[in-house]
Amino acid sequence: MRTVLDFEKPIAELDANIEALKRITAEQGIDKSEEIAALERDRERLLREIFRKLTPWDRTLLARHPQRPYTLDYIRVIFDDFVELHGDRQFGDDGAVIGGMAWLNEKPVMVIGQQKGRDLKERQRRNFGMAKPEGYRKALRLMYLAEKFGRPVITFVDTPAADPGVESESRGISEAIARNLREMMMLKVPIVSVVIGEGGSGGALGIAVADRVLMQEYAIYSVIPPEGCAAILWRDPKRAPEAAEALKLTAQDALRFGVVDEVVAEPLGGAHRDPLAAAQMVKEALLKHLPPLQKLSVGKLRESRYERYRNLGVWTVAAE
Amino acid sequence: MQRGWFARHRRSEELNLDEMNDAWVKCNGCQQILFARDFERNLKVCPRCGHHHRLSARERIALLADEETFVERDAEVVSADPLGFPEYVDKLNRGKANSGLPEAIISGTCTLSGIPIVLAVQDFAFMGGSMGSAVGEKVVRAMEYALEQRLPIVICSTSGGARMQEGLLSLMQMAKTCAAAAKLHEAGVPYISVLTDPTMAGVLASYASVGDVVIAEPGALIGFAGQRVAQQAQVIKPPPNFQTAEFQLEHGMVDIVVPRKELKHTLSRVLRFFTGG
Ligand SMILES: [Zn+2]
Repeated sequence: MRTVLDFEKPIAELDANIEALKRITAEQGIDKSEEIAALERDRERLLREIFRKLTPWDRTLLARHPQRPYTLDYIRVIFDDFVELHGDRQFGDDGAVIGGMAWLNEKPVMVIGQQKGRDLKERQRRNFGMAKPEGYRKALRLMYLAEKFGRPVITFVDTPAADPGVESESRGISEAIARNLREMMMLKVPIVSVVIGEGGSGGALGIAVADRVLMQEYAIYSVIPPEGCAAILWRDPKRAPEAAEALKLTAQDALRFGVVDEVVAEPLGGAHRDPLAAAQMVKEALLKHLPPLQKLSVGKLRESRYERYRNLGVWTVAAE
Repeated sequence: MQRGWFARHRRSEELNLDEMNDAWVKCNGCQQILFARDFERNLKVCPRCGHHHRLSARERIALLADEETFVERDAEVVSADPLGFPEYVDKLNRGKANSGLPEAIISGTCTLSGIPIVLAVQDFAFMGGSMGSAVGEKVVRAMEYALEQRLPIVICSTSGGARMQEGLLSLMQMAKTCAAAAKLHEAGVPYISVLTDPTMAGVLASYASVGDVVIAEPGALIGFAGQRVAQQAQVIKPPPNFQTAEFQLEHGMVDIVVPRKELKHTLSRVLRFFTGG
């Protein structure tokens, strides 16, 4: 079942009309091409209009859109081949985190990403993209493997949060995330992260410490979900749209704060309207950012990674 | 050693009517009414049930640092309001008033049983010890100073996690503090993390979990997800000691759970392992 967000409804109507005309053309051989072209022009104008005025909450909904491409969708388009590798060698294999060997324009890279599920069954298997400790530990194992053979690491970030359950707590979810933060800081190969959907707080960051962090135009990145923030601030989760505004969770905000290095444009109407084009745009961004990092010495690479994070934050000096 | 506490309680001995209430405290553990003097003398640990009540940052420094050796650093680093977040400035002002501190962490140098260290201590009374940019900066500066001077560093955490009011910038302090911890790790500078009630979420999932040795106080709440979120997410029923120091010890996430009266001595023994003394 396709999900249509409220602000997408006028577009969905036009989509349906265009489809109907195309069907008439195909089935009855009546030439409707002029009408179709006119409707398509209307649709483009409407899309531009709607997407120019998106609120942070609209963007939150887009980032969580059930039709939005997920990590595996990007992997299939961006890389020539992908050999998925499983397990953390300690406890198990986390379905919410996938990883493996891939080839970006024939050059080997290690790819790691959080994976949401498309249907109910897959959603459960993927735990809604919420990684458990074994997911972060699998990611780290694959990063060490990449480091051992000098391959760069590319991560795709898309999670509402790390798994908050009893099992995850029992196996040290905090330790797993904290260790990744520290180890990714020291990794001797380049890391590029792309926030492709929901950048959900520490759960996202646990695979997102990188030399370059890219973020898609309609992805979000936040310290807390807007609903949780509204519940704490106003004891009312329904005020999430206001919280989304206050949290400054959009890609443009992340760029302004220096948290991300580039906002990767999405096709008009969002990545889900044209997943292939969206993936091509991400691929181009990867091809732009990765090669210069591969030319750096290990020392220089890690020094600039440290500086990148060292300088994040805004504070002030107290007047005595 | 804890001269400040005795001095404070002496006032309540005067039996001034206004101060009568100060003479008694109610234990948060067993709900018993305790004589404040016994309570303070016992380092705010209930003499009856052993419940460890929260210490302010100043109290904990008094507990750990040798007398008159603590020299504060980076006191001028305080929070700004980079997002223009609703009510944040008010909350900062309230935090300052509640804690008597300019920020949710105090850092500096001292000796502990004669061993020179860098010591940083969070204060829950300042916005729940939450970590915004200023706290992150102070943790990193403390770690960088420890690295530069090759001094062991002890950080005592008490925090609800990353500070929501600075959004993504707070989240990034998790990476920033772990970046500095990585430098300590590579340089072989000892880092001891002390988890006190409560140490949660973004602080536990960053610098507080990457100490060479992780020590916790008995009964301290230590966990990833806030109780509200954790409860919503539970498919499996949590055990009665869920997210306590003892739970984390049982699951291999903490090296030692140490009663408060032994904390300084235990730290000195651990520090000697590293310093070779
Ligand atoms: Zn008691």
